[in-house]
Amino acid sequence: MDIVVVDNLEKRFGAVCAVGGISFRVAAGQTVALLGGNGAGKTTTISMLLGLLLPSAGSIRLFGSDIARSRAAVLPRMNFSSPYVDLPHRLTARENLTVFARLYGIRNPAQRIAELTTALDLGALVDRRTGSLSAGQKTRVALAKALLNKPELLLLDEPTASLDPDTADWIRHYLEVFQKETGAAILLASHNMGEVERLADEVLMLRKGKIVDRGTPDDLIYRFGRQNLEEVFLDIARDRRVAELPVLS
Amino acid sequence: MTAFSPNRVAAMCLRHFYTLRRSWPRLVEMAYWPTMQMVIWGFLSQFLATNSSYIANAFGVLLAGVMLWDVLFRGQLGFSLSFIEELWSRNLANLYCSPLTPLEHIVALIVMAFLRASVGVLPAMLLAIPFYDFSIFALGVPLLAFFFNLLIMGCGLGLMVTAMILRYGLAAENMAWFLVFLLAPFSCVYYPIEVLPGWAQAIAWALPSTHVFEGMRAVLFDGTFRWDHFLAAGALNAGLIAVGIVVYVFSFARARKLGLLLQVGE
Repeated sequence: MDIVVVDNLEKRFGAVCAVGGISFRVAAGQTVALLGGNGAGKTTTISMLLGLLLPSAGSIRLFGSDIARSRAAVLPRMNFSSPYVDLPHRLTARENLTVFARLYGIRNPAQRIAELTTALDLGALVDRRTGSLSAGQKTRVALAKALLNKPELLLLDEPTASLDPDTADWIRHYLEVFQKETGAAILLASHNMGEVERLADEVLMLRKGKIVDRGTPDDLIYRFGRQNLEEVFLDIARDRRVAELPVLS
Repeated sequence: MTAFSPNRVAAMCLRHFYTLRRSWPRLVEMAYWPTMQMVIWGFLSQFLATNSSYIANAFGVLLAGVMLWDVLFRGQLGFSLSFIEELWSRNLANLYCSPLTPLEHIVALIVMAFLRASVGVLPAMLLAIPFYDFSIFALGVPLLAFFFNLLIMGCGLGLMVTAMILRYGLAAENMAWFLVFLLAPFSCVYYPIEVLPGWAQAIAWALPSTHVFEGMRAVLFDGTFRWDHFLAAGALNAGLIAVGIVVYVFSFARARKLGLLLQVGE
């Protein structure tokens, strides 16, 4: 079942085309990654899926409903995490999670927060002010916020930014477990190629707001004749086409 | 469309309660200015009581004016600051990606405006009793009518301010501090409307606050509650809130079109 159906989505800011007619789908239990350099249109696309930004053209269907008409109905079934937003610094992590648990209508907020505190190893942090946490710790709290309502669709914008490799690996493992347990669809935007290779079932390579290539990580690496996704990313970012690539020895 | 949820309104109030309960400087600041105003105007009233027949006829007219003016100012500020807090903490996108609707957010801001205004002016109102032997509570039930009309007007102005901030970012933040003072000369807080020139009276009658302060003077000088002023203030406030909601919703839609909800700030 397709959770996300994006058709010919476009966003223009005056003369600037931030997203130029992209189409893709994300099925339940699938992880799709948006990969591209700065200004490629990843965050703009995610913002449109969240309803924070209105498209200039095209359509977005989430859970079978057009988000332009049914935003209020689909928002309780999804959640997101992004380094571009924050949680109030004066509140403790627990207070922030309590507020959002109530906003999402969680029946037993204390129990759900306790579950996430254990799952994301927040025990020592949960009663500290959010503003006193390190960037990595804040990322974990933001992820806990994103998982409060057990979302069927999880939008993650650079979910492991600011995390040390050990914690980032741990988070990725947790996301894999979460998806396996819940069958959630995940749309991921990341600059971390290792992360994308590990988590994504499909990669959409974005450049200047357009999808310039797509496929599984292995498929892209094979077609570009590269060793890993980072090399593929550099080829695309530098506009090198497959035919122009040096032959691998 | 999801139904209006009181639980989400309560969640937003809880968010601000958490902020305020561990920030004693904010609580002190809320009560500080109304109290200082009360002290200064109280001494002035004591002086004028023996030198002015206007004050001698109703000692508390200036004190009641300054306290009720602070209900309007603190109400508007309480509404606007509760919204601005979300921008300072870069939390607005989190809120508007949750099931919280703009209307629920507005209702939560109104509740917070009521609480912040109460915390701000109640200490001053209570301290005036031992300081100057003047109790604004002696106004009786009309005090509630004045209080809520001014609070609602503050929220209407707060809606305009937040709409401007949604559109222009924190660059418009200062409006929260000065907008209400643009209306002060026309609100006739300390003097009757007859003092104003004709053109200014026309503006003054269009403000709910003018009707409240005229009504306040009627109670203090004549001991009568002027229903005409009460109804006029109520009707003008209903219009102000309706226009405020329309402007806010329009600004919200505009912010979604321009992508301002994610990047609203300086």
